[in-house]
Amino acid sequence: MHLAHYLGLLHRSQLDLAKAFRQVATDHREEPDVFHECHLLASQCEDHAERLKPFVERYGEDAPDEPDRLHGELFSGTRRGPLALLRDLHDLYLMAAECDVSWTMIGQAAQGARDQALLDTVHRCEGETAIQQQWVLTRMKQAAPQALVVAS
Amino acid sequence: MVDRIADPWGPRTPYPSDAAPAASGGDARWPVRVDEFLADGVGADDVDRWVQSASILHSNGDAMDVAVKDGRIVGVRGRAVDRVNHGRLGPKDLFGWQANGSPDRLTRPMVRRGGELVETDWDTAMEAVVRRSRELLDTGPGGWGHFGFYTSGQLFLEEYYTLGVIGKAGIGTPHMDGNTRLCTATAAAALKESFGSDGQPGSYTDIDHCDALALWGHNVAETQTVLWARMLDRRCGPRPPRMLAVDPRATAVAREADIHLAVRNGTNQALMNGLIRLLLHHGWVDEAYVAAHAIGLEELAEVVEPYSAPRVAAICDVPAAEVEAAAELLGTCERLVSTVLQGFYQSHQATAAACQVNNVHILRGMLGRPGAGLYQMNGQPTAQNTRETGADGDLPGFRNWDNPEHIRQLAELWGVDSMKIPHWAPPTHAMQLWRYAEQGSIRLLWISATNPAVSLPDLARIRRILAAPELFVVVQDLFLTETARLADVVLPAATWGEKTGTFTNVDRTVHLSEKAVDPPGEARADLDIFLDYARRMGFSRNDGSPLVHWHDPESAFEAWKQASKGRLCDYSAITYDRLRGGSGIQWPCTDEAPDGTERLYVDGRFTTDPDRCETYGHDLATGAVHTEQAYRAFEPDGRAFLKAARYQPPPEQPTDDRPFLLTTGRTVYHFHTRTKTGRAPQLDRAAPSVWVELSSADAEALGVEEGDVVRLDSARGSLEGPARISGIRPGVVFVPFHYGYWDADADAAGPDGRPATAANELTETVWDPVSKQPLFKVAAVQVTRVAAGDGPAPAPTVGGPAPVGGRVVPTTAGGPAADARSTTEG
Repeated sequence: MHLAHYLGLLHRSQLDLAKAFRQVATDHREEPDVFHECHLLASQCEDHAERLKPFVERYGEDAPDEPDRLHGELFSGTRRGPLALLRDLHDLYLMAAECDVSWTMIGQAAQGARDQALLDTVHRCEGETAIQQQWVLTRMKQAAPQALVVAS
Repeated sequence: MVDRIADPWGPRTPYPSDAAPAASGGDARWPVRVDEFLADGVGADDVDRWVQSASILHSNGDAMDVAVKDGRIVGVRGRAVDRVNHGRLGPKDLFGWQANGSPDRLTRPMVRRGGELVETDWDTAMEAVVRRSRELLDTGPGGWGHFGFYTSGQLFLEEYYTLGVIGKAGIGTPHMDGNTRLCTATAAAALKESFGSDGQPGSYTDIDHCDALALWGHNVAETQTVLWARMLDRRCGPRPPRMLAVDPRATAVAREADIHLAVRNGTNQALMNGLIRLLLHHGWVDEAYVAAHAIGLEELAEVVEPYSAPRVAAICDVPAAEVEAAAELLGTCERLVSTVLQGFYQSHQATAAACQVNNVHILRGMLGRPGAGLYQMNGQPTAQNTRETGADGDLPGFRNWDNPEHIRQLAELWGVDSMKIPHWAPPTHAMQLWRYAEQGSIRLLWISATNPAVSLPDLARIRRILAAPELFVVVQDLFLTETARLADVVLPAATWGEKTGTFTNVDRTVHLSEKAVDPPGEARADLDIFLDYARRMGFSRNDGSPLVHWHDPESAFEAWKQASKGRLCDYSAITYDRLRGGSGIQWPCTDEAPDGTERLYVDGRFTTDPDRCETYGHDLATGAVHTEQAYRAFEPDGRAFLKAARYQPPPEQPTDDRPFLLTTGRTVYHFHTRTKTGRAPQLDRAAPSVWVELSSADAEALGVEEGDVVRLDSARGSLEGPARISGIRPGVVFVPFHYGYWDADADAAGPDGRPATAANELTETVWDPVSKQPLFKVAAVQVTRVAAGDGPAPAPTVGGPAPVGGRVVPTTAGGPAADARSTTEG
């Protein structure tokens, strides 16, 4: 059973996303909404990771070796310059999308494994991940015309 | 005669409710009491003529007539026939008009030359603005994005609509907002989230019929004195309503209430979740109403479930038994009136908490019938009209920026392409607009009738932005305000009494305010300034004819009627003539409802149809925008949304270094940054300068006596003022936000080395994720005693700053200069 690997993947992705949210918050503190929102969402991601942990451990006991290229880096730090905010939010969006699709896969697997507790956890968290994506997109859509067309 | 400084609310006229009001509202009638104040030595017989108007110094919409003698305003009198005030006026109405005649009114335009503002003529000033506008538009396809318009809550409807059309269809910029973002944005946001559209459900006559009143962060006694008089008159009459107040301060409202919850600042959402949980647990729910008219009950119940009374008591620091008592008051009444204002709107989780008040009314079926009224209040007199006409972060006629059909309607009306009208995202909110100016992508900022150099958070930053040489600042105002002192062009404006236009109060009552006298010198009506700019810029429709094709207030009103037709705020059957002589009229006013509409949603059908709604909604915790697709999936079908959110701790918490929580607010005697009220002698004397309110316990711990000078320090800045020991909750300090620098030093835009007096030196640039309203009610500060005082603090003894602890403080009084006539019928 390979579920453990996907659980591990999502667990790591959630922690990576939390870290990225906090770094974007810190480096864009001049944008107060980004600063506060990103810290809030980082806490959500950490909470998701915490909720996943018991399942990672339970399914990890008898898991086969981890397959190749399971996890890929999506974030290599914040940027500077006129497009920094947009590009950094763009990264966050893709990282949240990675988590979002992982929640969907794990939800499918939880049904296959008849694991109600895992399914409940998926239902508890996947909506928040979807809203995280939506928030990042909302903020980017607002910023894009000014950043791409107006600012010099 | 009544000293209306000593008694801002005037004599009581008690009245009963109907025991069982008829569906039409029954016959309970608030008695008429006509208030009048005339200048010294002027009798009613001396007045040449009375000119119809309404109040411009608060949002209640109190109708009045302006007395004119020898071409000058000499007084005011409340209009007995008006549905809003039945003749009453508050102290700001009675005395505030004197500022019109102030000797330091701006009478000529000014431009900056060699670093100094110098007087010039209108042609020179307007051409400077037009030249800069053209240069910026010519910079490329993103020229529109260099323009920001920051307006007010004190202009007239016709002016806002004209400004909105200039910005949205002339320049094509989404960067339009105003001071209303600081006062009323959450009211609009909460109404949109719950009911699909802005628009107050209730009517002021609900006060006449209710059996319970809940005031949520609303110090109505100092913000809308005449509304408070109506409530007090019910409280003094037979069958008085029970009353709940939520406020960290011991205001006049809190002292009158049966239950006062002095919650810790920033915890409203926890309180509301707890109250709703108790309503659900006790079954204090109109199940049939909810089943037929609401969606989201299941999620709401799940979200509020963890908020037990003991947990809420711990978060909010109020007794659990009082939380339970408040829930019982809300749950067992038959006709509930709720009002909400800055204690919720300017606090943490503003929209979420305001939506929970809506939820109380939805759950209890307390909407659309006499006595069951909900008012998401406005702070400023004409704030409602910025929201309706789209001079702020909204589109005209409560249209939805994300609905292409709504944009098409505007494009057709304005004769421009849909692409011209910015609608790729919500219109830019004020805080973002200032951020773009700070970053340098907004390069022309046009500020009309407001004073952001005193009213916005973190003033040191705002002064820095305004003073930057790259930013071309146009200020249109009556006086050389702190903001105007930093402008590149200053345009002298006419004000209330000197120009004609309409405005709308919180219960949708539209009033006409007619020109009574000429403006001083060369000052011009704001409408005329906007019309002049549009003409000089040559803004046109696709067919080449002028975009702004109206030429005076009445033709502007007629143009607005077209924009409003068919929308919830439908003005189409109102005319200037119909507004003359009688009472104001409540919108929607259409051929089908020619006398206006007293209550919205009487049939429980809300404005949530996807093709009609003003928004597809937001996630309350983050402000993430819902897509049209997601919204349609709710299948709202005219039902209201029961929106839910967990409590989150506020962003700034007290620390060892800054152990106190600051909250800011107003006094009954002043409006905004005192540009007018500070120039009315009776009002100025009642509250002449800044003070700091402390609780007895904190004062004792700090060794502070009444009147001692204390300094407040936050992460942004500091302020000094004499201490008033008041009934505020321990751990919280209050500073009124009115006191800038214009009267300390004729040239000062800021403290300039002296101790600061503006509360917003301390506040943080942070805002609610949905309404984008800044948080003025939650900032961590340190309090330090600086020096002994030379007498009591200059704070009034009336309202929130009432002294406690037996210290002898002279009672606030206006003396003979503040004597006003109050005439009661019968």
